[in-house]
Amino acid sequence: MTRITVNVDGVEYSDDVEPRTLLVHYLRETLGKTGTVVGCDTSNCGACTVHLDGRSVKSCNVLAVQADGHEVTTIEGLAETAGSDGKLHPMQVAFHEAHGLQCGYCTPGMIMQACDLLKENPDPSEQEIREGLEGNLCRCTGYHNIVKAVQQAAAAMATDQPEPAREEVAS
Amino acid sequence: MSALSQRPDDAAVGLTVPHESAALHVTGAALYTDDLVGRFRDVLHAHPVQAPHAHARISRLDPTPALHVPGVVRILTAADVPGLNDSGVLGDQPLFPAEVMHHGQAVCWVLGETLEAARRGAEAIAASGVDYDPLPSVITVREAMAAGSFQGADRHVQRGDVETALHDAAQVFTGETEFAGQEHFYLETHASLAVVDESGQVFVQSSTQHPSETQGIVAHVLGVPDHAVTVQCLRMGGGFGGKEMQPHGFAAVAALGATLTGRPVRVRLTRAQDVTMTGKRHGFHAAWRVGFDAEGHFTALEATLTSDGGWSLDLSEPVLVRALCHVDNAYFIPNVSVRGRIALTHKTSQTAFRGFGGPQGMLVIEDIIGRCAPQLGLEPHELRRRNFYTAGQTTPYGQEVRHPDRLVRAWDTIAESAELDTRRAEIATFNASHATAKRALAVTPVKFGISFNFTPLNQAGALVHVYKDGSVLINHGGTEMGQGLHTKMIQVAATALGVPLHRVRLAPTRTDKVPNTSATAASSGADLNGGAVKDACEQIRARLDAVDDGAGLAWEDLVAKAYLARVQLWAAGFYRTEGLGWDAATMHGHPFKYFAYGVAAAEVEVDGFTGAYRTRRVDIVHDVGDSLSPVVDVGQIEGAFVQGAGWLTLEDLRWDEGDGPDRGRVTTQAASTYKLPSLSEMPEVFNVTLLPDAHEDGAVYGSKAVGEPPLMLAFSVREALRQAAAAFGPPGVSIDLASPATPEAVYWAIELARSAVPATPVPYAAGPAPRDGSPAAGDVEPVSAPPWQVQT
Repeated sequence: MTRITVNVDGVEYSDDVEPRTLLVHYLRETLGKTGTVVGCDTSNCGACTVHLDGRSVKSCNVLAVQADGHEVTTIEGLAETAGSDGKLHPMQVAFHEAHGLQCGYCTPGMIMQACDLLKENPDPSEQEIREGLEGNLCRCTGYHNIVKAVQQAAAAMATDQPEPAREEVAS
Repeated sequence: MSALSQRPDDAAVGLTVPHESAALHVTGAALYTDDLVGRFRDVLHAHPVQAPHAHARISRLDPTPALHVPGVVRILTAADVPGLNDSGVLGDQPLFPAEVMHHGQAVCWVLGETLEAARRGAEAIAASGVDYDPLPSVITVREAMAAGSFQGADRHVQRGDVETALHDAAQVFTGETEFAGQEHFYLETHASLAVVDESGQVFVQSSTQHPSETQGIVAHVLGVPDHAVTVQCLRMGGGFGGKEMQPHGFAAVAALGATLTGRPVRVRLTRAQDVTMTGKRHGFHAAWRVGFDAEGHFTALEATLTSDGGWSLDLSEPVLVRALCHVDNAYFIPNVSVRGRIALTHKTSQTAFRGFGGPQGMLVIEDIIGRCAPQLGLEPHELRRRNFYTAGQTTPYGQEVRHPDRLVRAWDTIAESAELDTRRAEIATFNASHATAKRALAVTPVKFGISFNFTPLNQAGALVHVYKDGSVLINHGGTEMGQGLHTKMIQVAATALGVPLHRVRLAPTRTDKVPNTSATAASSGADLNGGAVKDACEQIRARLDAVDDGAGLAWEDLVAKAYLARVQLWAAGFYRTEGLGWDAATMHGHPFKYFAYGVAAAEVEVDGFTGAYRTRRVDIVHDVGDSLSPVVDVGQIEGAFVQGAGWLTLEDLRWDEGDGPDRGRVTTQAASTYKLPSLSEMPEVFNVTLLPDAHEDGAVYGSKAVGEPPLMLAFSVREALRQAAAAFGPPGVSIDLASPATPEAVYWAIELARSAVPATPVPYAAGPAPRDGSPAAGDVEPVSAPPWQVQT
């Protein structure tokens, strides 16, 4: 067992984990964060995508000990990181409104990946969205509305963001 | 317009509303069955011991080695079953088998304090607790045909006089068509969680499309009446038919473990377990003879369809019936003799998958058209259009085809909106100037019968409560797997009661709320349950209207007044589809309430060096009647199309067909080896529209079912690939394209086209169909004949 200290969705946790424990199992079974789901077991589907220090990772492909001393954001904490008093992140709003989901199982991972995509490229083309989400599988939607949702979120975030802040991001 | 189909003004049906669980999905709050485990104490985890043989007798099974593993609590074997040791309804699917019937079959289950303990226990049994006597196995459908390995009832659809018609036909073609199955790959694997309460009531939460059947099978395994078992399905992370029949055994294992230990038991399959243990879409083999008159009209079709049923019957019989009822697709064929049979192979028990045999039947006729059109000297789209049903014509099984004009309307709409003539000219120009890349555009129709073929299943129930404060809670027998059924049911209830959508809440599907439900399947969830919800709401509405007596009270005031007047504010609703009739023995009757129609046009570009391709544009016009929920319906169409394209072009399900020790093993056990559609295979341009003015008299609020029919719109991609491959060769050459049409298969089709001599059929060598995607040599008899034996 190894002692790890991880900040997950803004709360600090200290737990003993086996070195081989996957981050997704730590999140689901130790912390009860079941919003992050397991889909494929082979790191193909991306349903388990979370942010590790702000960058997207497939949490089935990261060991819990690798998160020691780091910050993890799951779908359950994403709204808080939007900094808007419990209001949804614009990406969550967009998936909701654009019907970018059906069974919902891939949705948390899609949203987390899409947030990371926009962080790198706030104004992606349709092609760039497709490429940026290629590592996430959806068996229901045919992806069309997922792309639309990301476009909608990008537009919303662009207008929400005051100009100076955008410059800060750019610099 | 019927009372069932008529919409009031200001109806909540037809509005664009988000998915009823969307807010939960986007926040991660939506619970799937396995998310519940942490909410229970002392849960035991179940792990199977999977057999390493395709077919074997279990000569010894000793659970003792597992009992020495720390954390192992109990082993479940056949000896523990107090009731019936069967996970199906036909008596041929033992839950704990004495004879292994497919590679990976569970022979017993280990319960552990942790999943790891259970897994180690299972490994201990596999290592030293179980012995097998291997038996000869049948893996491919061709092996089964050669060995005479069949199961279940043969079926035969017949009309007219095929032999005479073929004799009199202007042209007759003969061929074989073989195509693969499909793994469901719902992102949420099978999961069940069972607990027993203080009175012995068993409560199973299961990811199941058919809670009532899960309940019945858990009950018969436990040897208790149905009322002692309650099954709940919160929601599924995808189903696609794969959770219609397959969840029952896993629920029974969880329930058996819970009753024997008194502790909650969780069964949650890993992806590899799910792929190796649960059934898939049936692959089929078809041998056919088809006749055309001088104008290119079908005169006769004779065919034998053999489905690859896997090790047990499961849903293979109804799947076969639906295949036989869809071999005509949208085309009138006056003389028909189509036989169907089910191969018994030592593979997973193949089962329902979106379309339920319909796609397989339709693929046969679309393959025939795609292969015969060049020989007839007709453009494939012209051959298709020429054979559409017209008003008054009936299907081979005797049902009148209502509204065939809608298909024509969809076809003509696409021709205009997708500028097909212009683009065909552009494609011809492109192809003339490009030697190493070719484009093609194909248009294909869908006609899909809606209702369960087996008439008794076309019934549903609902339970609607209006509380004193005017809030409404509805329950119905359908399950939610992402298709938006619950969303539609809330809209139906709000419409029927005349209340705003936010006044209606929907409770999870449970067998103690609505009993004796049919599976959420056959695309019929909204038709059936919508009818039942509407019925319940109308009963309540009628009582309230009597209380109101024309006063026009506000909803809350009316409800309060009714309560004080001692008026019942809840109702059980019931619906059965009227006007159906089906003789299963003669395969004749009126099994479907109506047909859903659609048309798709797909344009592809194929690379001549590799066979790699991309889908440049797809246009779809689909008939959902008067949509209950347009954004939900369009989403279903898009998703079904992509899933169909996956089946037909990407998803290459492989089994070890060799004679080595792993014979019969699924070799594509994960998304790493089984190619699922991803964002990179999306059509570059994707236009989906709903057919306007398409009111359906026979369904709730004028709507039509949408779950399955659009899957078959993906035939357009396969046919476009065939045409693009053909463009590498001389005109007039029939091109056989393997299914799935992977880049490799397309490459072989291109080679076939390139090697063809104009207007002379290519001789084929005899032999079994290769599984490398190369052309299916020996597709016809006699040995040296071409695959389209022409007799004029």
